[in-house]
Formats: sequence, C-alpha cells, structure tokens
Amino acid sequence: MKITRGQVEHVAHLARLALRDEEIAEFTGQLDAILAYVDKLNELETDDVEPTAHVIPMGNVVREDAVGEGLLIEDVLANAPGRKDRFFRVPRIL
Amino acid sequence: MDLFRWTIHEASAALRAGRCTPAELMASVNGRIQAVEDKVHAYVSVAGDAAVQQASSLNARNEASPLWGVPIALKDNLATQGMRTTCSSRILEHFRPPYDATVVSRLKGAGAVFSGKTNLDEFAMGSSTETSCMGTTRNPWDPTRIPGGSSGGSAAAVAADACLAALGSDTGGSIRQPASHCGIVGLKPTYGRVSRFGLVAFASSLDQIGPLTKDVIDAAILLKAIAGHDPRDSTSVNVPVPDYPSLLNGEVRDMRIGVPQEYLQVGIQREVREAVRNALDLLAGAGASIREVSLPHTDYAVSAYYILATAEASSNLARYDGVKYGYRAEPVEDLLEMYRRSRAEGFGPEVKRRIMLGTYALSSGYYDAYYRKAQQVRTLIMRDFEAAFDVCDVLLAPTCPTTAFRIGEKVNDPLQMYLSDIYTISVNMAGIPGISIPCGFDDGGLPIGLQVLGKHFDEATVLNAAYAYEQRTDWHRKRPPL
Repeated sequence: MKITRGQVEHVAHLARLALRDEEIAEFTGQLDAILAYVDKLNELETDDVEPTAHVIPMGNVVREDAVGEGLLIEDVLANAPGRKDRFFRVPRIL
Repeated sequence: MDLFRWTIHEASAALRAGRCTPAELMASVNGRIQAVEDKVHAYVSVAGDAAVQQASSLNARNEASPLWGVPIALKDNLATQGMRTTCSSRILEHFRPPYDATVVSRLKGAGAVFSGKTNLDEFAMGSSTETSCMGTTRNPWDPTRIPGGSSGGSAAAVAADACLAALGSDTGGSIRQPASHCGIVGLKPTYGRVSRFGLVAFASSLDQIGPLTKDVIDAAILLKAIAGHDPRDSTSVNVPVPDYPSLLNGEVRDMRIGVPQEYLQVGIQREVREAVRNALDLLAGAGASIREVSLPHTDYAVSAYYILATAEASSNLARYDGVKYGYRAEPVEDLLEMYRRSRAEGFGPEVKRRIMLGTYALSSGYYDAYYRKAQQVRTLIMRDFEAAFDVCDVLLAPTCPTTAFRIGEKVNDPLQMYLSDIYTISVNMAGIPGISIPCGFDDGGLPIGLQVLGKHFDEATVLNAAYAYEQRTDWHRKRPPL
C-alpha cells in the first residue's frame, strides 16, 4: 500500500474536508491505485534536471500605484453567504 | 433557411449584407436550443429572451467586427457579470460574478451575443461532463455516449447547432478532446496567448481559454478576438497577435510535418489510427513533407500531469471556504467546522479526490518525491517537443486514442478516465498550441479528431495546416441527426 487510511484522514484535515467514513475508505483505495501508477515517474533519472514551474519565462509584474476602478462593496457582498453591515459574517473565532 | 446552422463567417456575411438581423439570428438559435436541449443538455443556463434583447440593442458601430451579432456560448467557468457562473458545482450554484472575464468583455466589445453558459465537469475536472453537478451532457452523435470533457457542453452545443461557436478552457485536453468526440474544431492556444482573468482557476500553469467552432476559419476569427496581453493576467504574454483569418491559405507545400511514433502505438482504436494515416497521406499529397519523430517521455505525461494539476488545484480551490461567496454549511459550531463541512457538502467526489491527491503531493515529506519530481519530468516533456520542433513545423497526431466512450463506462475508475487524455495532456505540460479537427468516423458513426500541434505562439501555422486539411475534406460539414 502506498497510502493508509490514517494518512487519508490526515490529508482530509489539511484540505479542510469533512469526509464521511465511506469516502475515506473509497479515497484510500483510489489514491493508492493512482499513486502506484504515478510511481512510474521514478523510472526516470532526473537528478540533473531543472524543475519547470511555468513554461513561459516570467518575471514580476508591477504597475503604477494609481487609483483605478475597483469592485463595489455592495456588488461583492451580494454573493456573501453571511454579512453584517459592510462586512462578511462568520462564526465565532475566539 | 435555418440560420442557426451558420458558421461565424457565414453569419457575419449575412448580417453585414442586411440579409438578417442579430435579433433574428439569436431567435433562431434560441429555437434550436429549445428543440435539442432535452436530448443534449449542453447548457447550464440559457440566456433566452435576454440574449435576443442583447442582440436588438447592439451598437451599429460594431458592424465591421466579424463577431457583431453572432451568438456565442460560454463555458460556465468563465465569469459573466450578473449572470450565474457555476463551474457546474454545488459550491457555486448561485454565484453571480461582479465582473466579466477579459475574454467575455472582449467578445462583448466585438458585438458578440451570449446564448448561455455551457455545462462542464465540475471545476473542469473530468473528461466526460459526468462529474458535473448539473447533469451529464450527451453526445449529439449518440445520446448514450459522453460528449467528452471538460468543455463537453460547449462542444455539444456547437455540434448540435445550439450556438454558432463557443469558448471553452483546456487544462489537459478539455477543449480538444470534446471537440474530437463531437466532430467539431477545438483550439487550445499557447499558454499566455489568451488572458485567464475571470477564468475560474483549476491549474494555473496549465489552463488556457480557447474556441470551439464549426470550422477552422471560425477558430481563427475567435482566437484573434480573444488573444492578446492583459494587464490583469500577469501570465498573459505581450507579443503581437497576428491577423489569423487572413493568414489562412491552405498551402502546405514544403511544410515539415512530424508524426510522434508514441501516439500511434498500443491502445489506439483501429479506425482512429487509419483516419490519422489517411490524413497524413492527404497532406503529403498536398506537398507537405512527413517525417517520424519521437516524444520519448509521452508515457510519463499522465503521471506528472496528475501530480501537478491536482497540486495546483488543491491550492486554487482553498478559496472556497464559505466566507465570501458560494455555499456555506449551516448551522455550525465554529469556523473550522464551517470550512470542513462547506467544502465537503459543496464539492463533488472528483473535485474532492483531486484536492486530496494534490494536498497529499504537496504535504510535508512528499513534496520532493511527487511535486518536484513531476516538475522535473515536465522539463523532459518540454525538451521532447523542442527537439521535435527543431526538425518540424507542426506535429500531427490523433486527439484521443478512441472515439467517445459510453456514459458510465469509466465513471468508477478514475485512473482509466485519466488515461483517456494521454494524447492531449503533454501539450499543456509544454504550453504549446494544439487544435483538434474532424478527420473521419469510426464504424459506429462516431467522429474522430486529428490533432495539429505547433511551436509556442505559432498558432498561425497550426491553423493553416488544419485549414489545408479541412479544405480538402468535408468532415467538418457533417452534422449529427438530431
């Protein structure tokens, strides 16, 4: 086995997903099969190969610090599942 | 005359000559949508009368634009201001973006009319539209089969004449594979050619927006309209955009066409191989020089892709937390429970599976073994293409190893589903442009797609090679019996 049920539970916690027991079991089997297939990559010798994050050469992009058009607060809050006044409302944190 | 059957360039000529109005054309498309949508289910949202009103109120100043008054469908992961944008996910079921994607505002500026938002695999994660929370789209050629994915709704809408053309997005084949399965044209531009601003992110280093159309001329027209640098997408590249339609001449004399041997080996359906061989013969007859090339790391592309794409997805989809927009589970005790339950209840199984795989690949202790390794293999895949393009102008290959599979056939075996993208995935890994065009039918009457791949930012040559083939065949004129 490449991956255990305990590891799947840990990853679900990292990903902030409340998975049901049967989902944990299903994902354990499926992720195990996928990771076993992905192991193929280890057939390749890559010690001297640079990793590629982006295919097009890229640098940081800067712009003038000028006032421009932005989104209107009311338009943005229209999609909020919970709001109070001009704020997003969430459950108690402290 | 059924106006809805027109291509963009046919419609544009008719509109400019005053033979019909944008409202009449849009009304014709709406009638077609009503007639076929029960059988195809290409759309998540249909604009309906609102689109006719949009067509009626078009500014006449735009009449010189080839898209003026032309009904276009948009994949439902492209932000449309005030118009529901769901990504076919429960978590965004009621989301109405406060802004337009750059491609949407460009099309609006060109006078296009939006017929509606098309179905996709949830967050574009899938090859069949079966992971959509809005139901599965059906292949217009055979309703028991998938249309391909993830832009399956866009491809099916074009094939069914339920729009004149559509936009999709392609992360591992999501424009080209459904275009192939539905018998239409689908183009993935070079990474950086088209702004991704307003495209709901799946895997940011791989995603690219492109057209799905009835022929190659239309693909050239739409690409020209959406391409170009955008200050709001720092990965969009500031290079000139050629006038693609005027560069189509169908001339392939002395064009060097490479055939990757790895793309015609085991697992490929007999009729697909034959159709690609016939296409090569045809282009050789037209004066192209054909040579075999090798892309030796092809076998590793799917593995590397499913690490990189899921890792990027796990990061991109962290934003769905039930705070600012989208689904929120209620009632909850605390913030953590809100995150965990909103995401568990809002995302479907395939999205969760990919978030899990990506989170695992990025988690402490596994990063080097999976993520870094996959990035290194990505370099090897890029080098394969660089070597091939040293001796070729374009590469020709099948788009998919088989024609459209049956609905339900692969839904319980994610690995088999992933492997169906074997010929399209490498192209995203290398960031090069690729087009799928119709090149025949299998014994069961299902369409086969031919893929033409080119160098970075050389869409013009890709389009012209595709146009050369299209001009000498009539596969693109075939329509499903609906």
